[in-house]
Amino acid sequence: MEQTKFSAGKGKAIFLIVTALGAAASAVALMMDARQFAFSYLTAFCFFLSISLGGLAFVLLQHLTRAGWSVVVRRIAENITANLMWMGVLIIPLLAVGIHTLFHWSHAEAVAHDPIMQAKASYFNLIFFISRTVVFFAIWAILAWWLLKKSVVQDTSGDKAITLSLQKWSTLGIILYAASETFFSFDWIMSLNPHWFSTIFGVYYFSCSAVAIYSMIIMVAYLLQKKGYVKDAITVEHYHDLGKLLFGFNAFWAYIAYCQFLLIWYGNLGEETPFFHLRAEGSWKTLSVAMIFIHFVIPFFYFISRIVKRNLLALFVVAVWLFFANYLDIYWLIMPNINTKGMHITLGDVGSFLFIGGLFFYFLLKRMEKSSLIPQKDPRLPESLKFTNA
Amino acid sequence: MAEQKNSKLFGVLAEFANPGDLLKAAEKVRDKGYKKWDTHSPFPVHGMDRAMGLKDSKLGIFVFICSMTGMLSAFYLQYWSSKIAYPLVIAGKPFNDYPSFGIWTFEGAILFAAFSALLGMFALNKLPLLYHALFSSKNFLRFSNDAFFISIEAKDPQFNAKETRRFLEEIGGKNIEVIEE
Repeated sequence: MEQTKFSAGKGKAIFLIVTALGAAASAVALMMDARQFAFSYLTAFCFFLSISLGGLAFVLLQHLTRAGWSVVVRRIAENITANLMWMGVLIIPLLAVGIHTLFHWSHAEAVAHDPIMQAKASYFNLIFFISRTVVFFAIWAILAWWLLKKSVVQDTSGDKAITLSLQKWSTLGIILYAASETFFSFDWIMSLNPHWFSTIFGVYYFSCSAVAIYSMIIMVAYLLQKKGYVKDAITVEHYHDLGKLLFGFNAFWAYIAYCQFLLIWYGNLGEETPFFHLRAEGSWKTLSVAMIFIHFVIPFFYFISRIVKRNLLALFVVAVWLFFANYLDIYWLIMPNINTKGMHITLGDVGSFLFIGGLFFYFLLKRMEKSSLIPQKDPRLPESLKFTNA
Repeated sequence: MAEQKNSKLFGVLAEFANPGDLLKAAEKVRDKGYKKWDTHSPFPVHGMDRAMGLKDSKLGIFVFICSMTGMLSAFYLQYWSSKIAYPLVIAGKPFNDYPSFGIWTFEGAILFAAFSALLGMFALNKLPLLYHALFSSKNFLRFSNDAFFISIEAKDPQFNAKETRRFLEEIGGKNIEVIEE
């Protein structure tokens, strides 16, 4: 008998305690150094956001491509994505009091002496910036809510028209997603250094989120099966495919990171090099070089083989590894903007990670209890159940 | 004729009606313990690898080794030419400007991987093969159009012309032919 009804047990309480611990540590860090804490908080926020944004892209893509293989893991992705419904709330503190702390371009007197920023003022001004952020989170919340809702309704009705309408509207969804994700990363990460620009930056953040979601799905599916849920539905064939996609998108991340680096390094233009100059000195250089190995070389050789992708424990290990490698990557993107002299790990980094992460997993568990762990009456479920790699 | 006197037995060929029957028959041949046999169909049949009990191809390891060779040689070619043989200053970069070697290093790996995959596939399939005994059967020519076959070779230790023929009939084979080398 397939166990598809999830019960979190003590899990929810544990994550609430983690959240409380994180909140306490965050409060202390905020007292000690509010500016440092704002950056730490943004790092943790952008990290957990990247997981849910990756989930949104994943679910939309499965509908667009009418994917059969992925139906058994789609509900997991839908539940992860649904965290976008409330993640907008967590950015409100930054919007309300953090903008001047984080963004140099928001200081009128600084812009007054800065011809480059004056030229960008029509894009980087408070009203446009805040309304953009609100629109992005509205788009994501609506898409996430709609994708989960429709799919859960189908669990009882089995209506095939739902699948067709999901396919149809995912076309618009993916366009909105691409635009909003790109400009979110421009606004909240790239503009921390407002003179610097890189047109590939949106793709870079997308590659982060793709790595995040595939590692997350593998982790969640593995842990669910360890606890005795959906033991028959998700097979080694699905893990193999998730592993291939994780491997592919991790190579994609390396490809995009290298593209961005190579063009800037080779062109050697004054307005483009500061980003890498900052990250090529002191302890940031150590992290930059280490990232090549942590995020790409080691995992690449570790799970290039089909044997590793089909060994569940071995695949779980690399999923956890890349999950944290992605955090390092977001950290590497954001923190050098404040700690220009070198890496500076603070209580706020840990506190905000635990705070947002605790909430993230608490709401994920809570939502997973509400519906079946697999889309029970999806018309492509039989195809997914018997799916094998040739 | 003189040719026929010298000819040896190649094996037995049986036709099956559709891919489903072929798959089921293949499972039975596998379970019977035959080693030297093959299935023939106009298109790849899903699940046939498992039905035939084939192991994973060794090609991957071969491709991996070749692509690593390609990667290192591409890197070394660039290093040697721009640092050792022709040290020219280009765009004010150091002679060993390894960040810009990346593209060709990557391409070298891809090039060697693609060639080794193609040539390795040929080698493992014993291609090019200009003549095969099965082509002596007129009926077999339909293998690339609308027919599905299983052939069991005489080299198989279990092979026995009579027994194997009867076995193929038993599992649903039609138009059974004995093929000579």
